[in-house]
Amino acid sequence: MAAKQAGVTIEDVSKSFTVRAGKQVEQVHVLDRVSLRVEPGEMIALTGLSGCGKTTLLRILLGLERADSGRVTVNGAEVRGCGEDRSMVFQNAQLFPWRSALQNVEFGLEARGVPKRERSRTALDKLELVGLAHAADRRPDQLSGGMQQRVGLARALSVDPAVLLMDEPFGALDAQTREGLQAEVLRIHQETGKTIIFVTHDLDEAVLLADRVVLMAPNPGRIDEIFPVGLARPRGDLVTVRGLKEFSAKRYEIWRRLMAGAHPQAAAAAPAAG
Amino acid sequence: MTITDNGRQGAQRAAGSARRRPPWHRRYRGGLITTASILVVLAFWEVTGRQMNPIFSSYPSAVIRKFGVQVKSGLLPEALLDSLQPLLLGFCVAALIGIPVGLLIGRYRVADAALGVYVTAGYAMPLVALIPLFMLWFGLGFTVKVVIVVVMTVFPIVINTRAGVRAVPRSLTEVGTSFMASEFAIMRKIILPATVPHIMTGLRLGIGRAVIAIVIAEFFTAIGGLGGQIILAGQRFDTAGLFVPVTVLMVLGVGLTRLVGWLETKVAPWGRPADTDRD
Repeated sequence: MAAKQAGVTIEDVSKSFTVRAGKQVEQVHVLDRVSLRVEPGEMIALTGLSGCGKTTLLRILLGLERADSGRVTVNGAEVRGCGEDRSMVFQNAQLFPWRSALQNVEFGLEARGVPKRERSRTALDKLELVGLAHAADRRPDQLSGGMQQRVGLARALSVDPAVLLMDEPFGALDAQTREGLQAEVLRIHQETGKTIIFVTHDLDEAVLLADRVVLMAPNPGRIDEIFPVGLARPRGDLVTVRGLKEFSAKRYEIWRRLMAGAHPQAAAAAPAAG
Repeated sequence: MTITDNGRQGAQRAAGSARRRPPWHRRYRGGLITTASILVVLAFWEVTGRQMNPIFSSYPSAVIRKFGVQVKSGLLPEALLDSLQPLLLGFCVAALIGIPVGLLIGRYRVADAALGVYVTAGYAMPLVALIPLFMLWFGLGFTVKVVIVVVMTVFPIVINTRAGVRAVPRSLTEVGTSFMASEFAIMRKIILPATVPHIMTGLRLGIGRAVIAIVIAEFFTAIGGLGGQIILAGQRFDTAGLFVPVTVLMVLGVGLTRLVGWLETKVAPWGRPADTDRD
């Protein structure tokens, strides 16, 4: 399968929601003129405090939400709603409980009218890619959280998107499971060369996986700073990567910047990175 | 109650781990107590019933004897068939109307604004009040029984289906949208299966009401069926003969409700909504 790649540009994207609390009507600026260029094949982590609009930005990229102003293009084509060139790994997997793992993976192909035989072959391929071919016939309630998220990943990959989006894909999992899946994502990125944009709260995850970490800040939601992660690819064994000085330094640098937004005094007291 | 608990356990069950079963006397304790309770009540009824005037009361052994006589004469099977046919037909028609209507008004605000008010009104109003009208329209035969069953059964089915559609998490339909599924595909492949547990609940409540509906219908039209038997036995002061169709109806109601409840666990094994209106 030829690796599809696409660059993503985000130009001056703004979005606000109207929030009603009792009699008060308030405009919340979730995103305020956000711009970002993502290179083809690049892996980008969006991180930041709650309310900084990172999930909203991801939903706009997917097409579930529309920007009030500004535009998003994928491979030069403007995004208007969901498209065949993008797919998402959702928070908490969002599998259909009445379908087996295999049938869940097949869903996206069904929606696109792929014939049955080809559909199940592709779906089984993707399940194999995430190491779950043996559990193809199990229903989601018979899968652990980590396995469910793998099925979610296989489902997103089944339609061979040019851009893969992931919304806190591993947030709800325990540390060991999370680590396994992170290695999986690194490997899949290495193999397919897909453009991947994901939201995470976990700075370790952001630095381990991404080429660049985009730190966002709330009120109004905006990009605070972009950190290029200098770690070479392929990154291979995550344990080794975690041991690297560059890894800890980068993580610390981002953490300080994040804390400067959250608790200005605490960050000022922390020493500068060596 | 027990089934709800099982559902919750099932949801929590991780892959491959077997549930430990409690020892048999624990598992069957509830059933044993229920059986003992029934036996005590029947014995009490037998003893006191024999002391009373048979015009006002009867007792189990007399009812059972009467049951045997009516089965042999073919009276009871005929009455049962007379009731069962319009009941099942009416129930199926109610399901065929109720499920699509529920799906429609659950999913589309416009449809709900147009039709929801009739559903609410139909569910709340005592439909028995309309039976004289139905008799004017449909006469006293088979048709009027079917109509009464449909009218009394359709609303719980519609209401539960609508509630089910409303309860489908938006995050699930968004998965459909994100994979470019058509509105029809979202309806058929996401909303409908996600609503099945609620639909089954609606059918379970509906079948209970269908049994009530058929008896009411037969009371009014007073011909044929188990309801007709009850009226006739009452007019003849045949108390034991009155208890026979009553008992059959009770067994029928419990049996049909159980049957739909069992189907529920077969059709939607991944979970069922909690409802307080059970049994």
